Amino acid sequence: MIRSHVLICGGTGCSASGSNGIREAMEKEIEKAGLSSEVKVVQTGCFGLCALGPIMIVYPEGSFYSRVTVDDVPEIVSEHLVKGRIVKRLVYSETVVENSNDVKSLNETNFYKKQKRIALRNCGVIDPENIDEYIARDGYQALGKVLTEMTPDEVIQTILDSGLRGRGGGGFPTGLKWKFASGNRGKVKKYVCCNADEGDPGAFMDRSVLEGDPHAVLEAMAIAGYAIGADEGYIYVRAEYPIAIKRLEIAIGQAHEYGLLGNDIFGTGFNFDIHLRFGAGAFVCGEETALMTSIEGNRGEPRPRPPFPAVKGLFGKPTILNNVETYANICQIILNGPQWFASMGTEKSKGTKVFALGGKINHTGLVEVPMGTTLREVIEEIGGGIPNGKKFKAAQTGGPSGGCIPASLIDTPIDYDNLIAIGSMMGSGGLIVMDEDTCMVDIARFFLDFTVDESCGKCTPCRIGTKRMLEILDKIIAGNGELSDLDELEELGNYIKANSLCGLGQTAPNPVLSTLKRFRDEYVAHVVDKKCPAGVCKALLRYVIDPDKCKGCTLCARKCPVGAISGTVKEPHKIDPTKCIKCGLCMANCKFGAISKQ
Amino acid sequence: MKTLAELSAIRERMKSKVSVREGGNEYLVKVGMATCGIAAGARPVMSALLDEVSAQHLEETVHVSQTGCIGICQYEPVVEVFKGDEKFTYVKMTPEKMKEVVDSHLKDGKPLYQYTIGSM
Ligand SMILES: Cc1cc2nc3c(=O)[nH]c(=O)nc-3n(C[C@H](O)[C@H](O)[C@H](O)COP(=O)(O)O)c2cc1C
Ligand code: SF4
Repeated sequence: MIRSHVLICGGTGCSASGSNGIREAMEKEIEKAGLSSEVKVVQTGCFGLCALGPIMIVYPEGSFYSRVTVDDVPEIVSEHLVKGRIVKRLVYSETVVENSNDVKSLNETNFYKKQKRIALRNCGVIDPENIDEYIARDGYQALGKVLTEMTPDEVIQTILDSGLRGRGGGGFPTGLKWKFASGNRGKVKKYVCCNADEGDPGAFMDRSVLEGDPHAVLEAMAIAGYAIGADEGYIYVRAEYPIAIKRLEIAIGQAHEYGLLGNDIFGTGFNFDIHLRFGAGAFVCGEETALMTSIEGNRGEPRPRPPFPAVKGLFGKPTILNNVETYANICQIILNGPQWFASMGTEKSKGTKVFALGGKINHTGLVEVPMGTTLREVIEEIGGGIPNGKKFKAAQTGGPSGGCIPASLIDTPIDYDNLIAIGSMMGSGGLIVMDEDTCMVDIARFFLDFTVDESCGKCTPCRIGTKRMLEILDKIIAGNGELSDLDELEELGNYIKANSLCGLGQTAPNPVLSTLKRFRDEYVAHVVDKKCPAGVCKALLRYVIDPDKCKGCTLCARKCPVGAISGTVKEPHKIDPTKCIKCGLCMANCKFGAISKQ
Repeated sequence: MKTLAELSAIRERMKSKVSVREGGNEYLVKVGMATCGIAAGARPVMSALLDEVSAQHLEETVHVSQTGCIGICQYEPVVEVFKGDEKFTYVKMTPEKMKEVVDSHLKDGKPLYQYTIGSM
């Protein structure tokens, strides 16, 4: 009997911090201790707490080891696996129980307590490269149920009743999308596509689902194929996701071997096959018409809609396109029923949403919460708050298409409609937290710079307009802004939104417009006072030496790489602002705290 | 595979193999594996326990873990069996006694009181 399982995270985050080496060391060490027949090492997908990686969980005790190194492995084996003594110094602090060999369950920690895992239910639990483990967790039961017990229309009705809305950003009801594409079943060729392009900077929800539970997406696509009458599917995944691609390839191969993809599935006469297509990482290729154009082998550029993909999609045929996380909910809805799903969330947003927490937050990582959870719960409780005792200033949802939510709105329950009402949007799930040291003009510039780069150039408002907006922001950041620039940004932004062809241009001005609305005084400070209140914009900064505190030790003058500091020994020194490049070295080195940023 | 029954067969076979990650099993068996336990012969007891649990197909209801020294070194090897709030402490275990405990207690639900600490 295998008495103990050692689960090691093989997601991208933990792989980058060395989890592969840890796995190898673990396997060797277990072998050395003669435990190979009792202890099994399993590589899983992402557990979520990426900030603490590389992560390892040892069952049945459920001890959660964080920041494990190869050097820790012999101790974990000799202490925990041989003698049953949990290595307390490596256990995540929140799970430690004083004066006891036991640890608290991960589900009792603040990070996991308020989470509800549906799309991520298998991530960090199963070995994604082993179809049997997926089957053990009810895998392919939903496909079996659909094919043997339900009509295609019943499947669509179930998804409609569940209230599931697209997780890729738009929030369009998934059942309705399927219904639109369901006409003429069996008479025309149709396609089922999966959007795994995930171009939003800082987002990694879809990647984690694919890495941790690839079969869930394959099974859901087959169900969608049955519902609309399609026998072929494409997953469009970015080439920068090598682990996800490898696991998808393995999963498709295993599903074929088992006859769960291919011809005559479960002997019902239903055929379904899935192909992979790799994207080169252009943000615009996440847009549905550009994505399909790219799968067809052409340059990924959007085209006007209508015709919508449900009518004329991939290769001119009726097509549905859904996001990875949308698919990851489907099998659970089929197995547990639409009422179960609809019982979670708010009136118009059902179920859960996965967020990738990033920026100035203690627990960067992946969380899945019921719709309607407040931003405060996500940031302060699950996310563990802001590091270094700083104050929360704003959060950005929806990435470069979204807007910022100021601290005053932190108690807003998160759902599609509430976020739009406060001038942001759900987006695909990137959630970037900003503290008091973040300059909102600089953040707006960061996102706009991204969209300028990513605009495909097909239409003028987006191609030229966003560039002009960026130039104005650069002017403001350089200290040359005028008040009229703010009005011009607003006018230009609204024009671009109204006149661009695709969602990229239609949303590109949002980060600028929303920061202008919520943090206008910060823009004014840049323009009128020529000051950056957060102390970020270099051109507006000045390093000054307080003559009363300066002891004339000459250290700063020696450290300054451009010789901007002058003075004689034991006399107060001075910084020449025309030479200073604002690198901050002097301030970092001063032993008397005499240098400050203004 | 061509039928749902085949799928269910794989699921049943695999369930016991991943259930250790889900908790909530009926029995948790802890073998004392501190230095005192190992010196007194806890290793063969552990092996006998694991072998017998799989021989009797009890993987889904029984989890096996270890514990450190619980302070009764003279009674090692010690094996604790937890079920809900109940706890049975088997002492001075041998591989043979261990097999009996699996068959009687873990399989049929009849604790072997003669091997527990109370009867020493
Ligand atoms: C510029 C742009 C980028 C997009 N990127 C993505 C993406 O990376 N992933 C995604 O699922 N949807 C993305 N979308 C939304 C898709 O066009 C589409 O609405 C979505 O994939 C539909 O699936 P859903 O209904 O399941 O959300 C993007 C849209 C635009 C305009
Ligand atoms: S809005 Fe921008 S990205 Fe979209 S088609 Fe026009 S130029 Fe291309």
